Amino acid sequence: MSEAERADLLLQIYYYMRLTRAMEDRTRTLFLQGRIVGGVYTAQGHEATTVGAAMTLRDGDCIVPQHRDLGMHLVRGVSPRAVMCQWLARGNAPTLGRDGQLHIGDMHHGVVPMISMLGESLPVACGVALVMKMRRRSTVVLASCGDGATSTGAFHEALNFASVQRLPVVFVIENNGYAYSTPTAKQFAIEQLAQRAVAYGMPGESVDGNDVLAVMEAVGRAVAHARSGQGPALVECRTFRVRGHSEADKADYVSPALRQEWLTRDPIKRFEEYLTAQGLLSAERRREIEARVRSVVDDAVAFAEASPPPDPATVADYVFAPDGPIAIVGEPGATDPRYVNALDTRTGRPFCTMSQVEEAVTRL
Amino acid sequence: MTAVTYLEAISQAIREEMRRDESVFLLGEDVGTYGGAFKVSAGFLEEFGPERVIDTPMSETAIIGSAVGAALMGMRPIAEMQYIDFITCGFDQIVNMACKMYWRSGIPLPLVIRGPAGGGTHGGPFHSASPEAWFFHTPGIKVVMPATTYDAKGLLKAAIRDNNPVLYLEHKLLYRLPELREELPSEDYVVPLGKAIIRRRGRHITMLTYGAMVHQCLKAAEQLATEDGLEVEVVDLRSLTPLDRETIKESVKRTNKVLIVHEDTLTGGVGAELAALLAEELFDYLDGPIMRVAAPDAPYPYAPPLEMAYLPGVERIVAVARQLAAY
Repeated sequence: MSEAERADLLLQIYYYMRLTRAMEDRTRTLFLQGRIVGGVYTAQGHEATTVGAAMTLRDGDCIVPQHRDLGMHLVRGVSPRAVMCQWLARGNAPTLGRDGQLHIGDMHHGVVPMISMLGESLPVACGVALVMKMRRRSTVVLASCGDGATSTGAFHEALNFASVQRLPVVFVIENNGYAYSTPTAKQFAIEQLAQRAVAYGMPGESVDGNDVLAVMEAVGRAVAHARSGQGPALVECRTFRVRGHSEADKADYVSPALRQEWLTRDPIKRFEEYLTAQGLLSAERRREIEARVRSVVDDAVAFAEASPPPDPATVADYVFAPDGPIAIVGEPGATDPRYVNALDTRTGRPFCTMSQVEEAVTRL
Repeated sequence: MTAVTYLEAISQAIREEMRRDESVFLLGEDVGTYGGAFKVSAGFLEEFGPERVIDTPMSETAIIGSAVGAALMGMRPIAEMQYIDFITCGFDQIVNMACKMYWRSGIPLPLVIRGPAGGGTHGGPFHSASPEAWFFHTPGIKVVMPATTYDAKGLLKAAIRDNNPVLYLEHKLLYRLPELREELPSEDYVVPLGKAIIRRRGRHITMLTYGAMVHQCLKAAEQLATEDGLEVEVVDLRSLTPLDRETIKESVKRTNKVLIVHEDTLTGGVGAELAALLAEELFDYLDGPIMRVAAPDAPYPYAPPLEMAYLPGVERIVAVARQLAAY
């Protein structure tokens, strides 16, 4: 990679981190304004982990993100408009108003929709990786979970199965200190969650989850391991949930000193200082990026606000998929409209989770 | 052509679908080297190899969850529960992950979960389950239960080709029952999901049933014909979801009396919904109370005298049918 390419890459990362933060800040505002009716879960302080982890992937790879992984979604090309339509429960949201939050996905672009039962996505990640292995692909699945989800049976079953089958999965644990109000001391009795890897016979490492370059290095190593056919790997990213579990949670169970300590380690501020010190981020470039971020968020909110609510007459619709041929995702011709899984057959239109041409926001 | 068992019909369906479609594969505990606890997949590993006949760890959540992931990719996995009782260990993957997937994401999930259900084999409280009511109640999954060898093959093929999660409940008492041996068509066939069949025609009482209870009802119908001159119609539902409301209603409109028979426990069972449906839609046609024969509201017992008392059998069905006929 040339110096110029490296500089572009670093600014791209910075842009994604800023966009992630800005999208969530705006989401919070919409919630406080009463325009989002359901729960709002954000991830201030997780941007280095979510963006850094996803930046290690290539075309054909797949993410299995959770509720605080907006950064992963944006890096992989998920549409800010679609995200805002989800929050605002619009009829043209990826879930057509059936579900909210980041519970969205599009297999043709390698994004698996999550459910609220955290940990349950990990076995699903194994199934996606199983198909990659069967089809002799050199692609990988990046599946995330929090510290809380490591206590589920699904976590154990998935990591064990992935290892026995030598599946190309990278498990990223976002250890952010708390599962709702439960601190890690009540969640597990080991020093670091990366130690769990030993029991499954896979490599594991623990990394500063607020250092985006360190995250990229560690997850990059894990991805290379998985891609080479040696089986799964685990990376624990140590970060902190500086806000509540949801925006309705004041999180007064977290000591102000602890929160303050982590606020000083803010991943965006740290990366910004690094870029500035390296002479890669001028004041002017920074203003440009900020303006770009603002315009993308404004566009997403405006689009969602102008979008229609779902039609109540459709409340019992879409329970079963129609008959017809199904393509194996990622094979040539898999998006041919004759396949039931090529288009969103609920609407007869293409899936709308990913950024569309008219948005053109995903790259700097 | 030789007559095959219900179990061989299941085996044939999977093997033929795996030969026909490279996206079909089987995963579960002991399905490969051992050929399955009941030998449904005997010889599959040799024919299809370890990537399409996957011996898994003892992990129902991983089995069903992986099947969901593979189905998201457009494959058609068949997830075997060694005994259907163990489906509870993977419940969340079914009711939250699989059942809501297409509805909320538009991504179809062509997935079959199958395994041996039902009692009569001295399996006790953890190897005799009839779990259909939980899934019958849950939107987003189709539920089928074949009673005959022909249907065992045809319904399974239809389930594998369906673009939705399908729970295929095979009754283990029927697996090797000699009287269910049947010569099957040599050509490819399916039994469509959502179509009931009238196994015996009659004009006095309709028996609505499915699975192994179809055979108990047929025996009861024969006895009632011989001893009482009653002409009982026996409707084998075959699919619980989708439910063939038309066939059910058409039959009841002719007989005006309904006896519902299932092996699952009584309260909140499939029969409760059938009764509600008929009470709502065919009230004017009914000449007697809608009656049910089912297992008592207790867990499935082990000791033979308890098991005999628990399972609905010909004697109880005949007794209740006589009450209904006399009404």
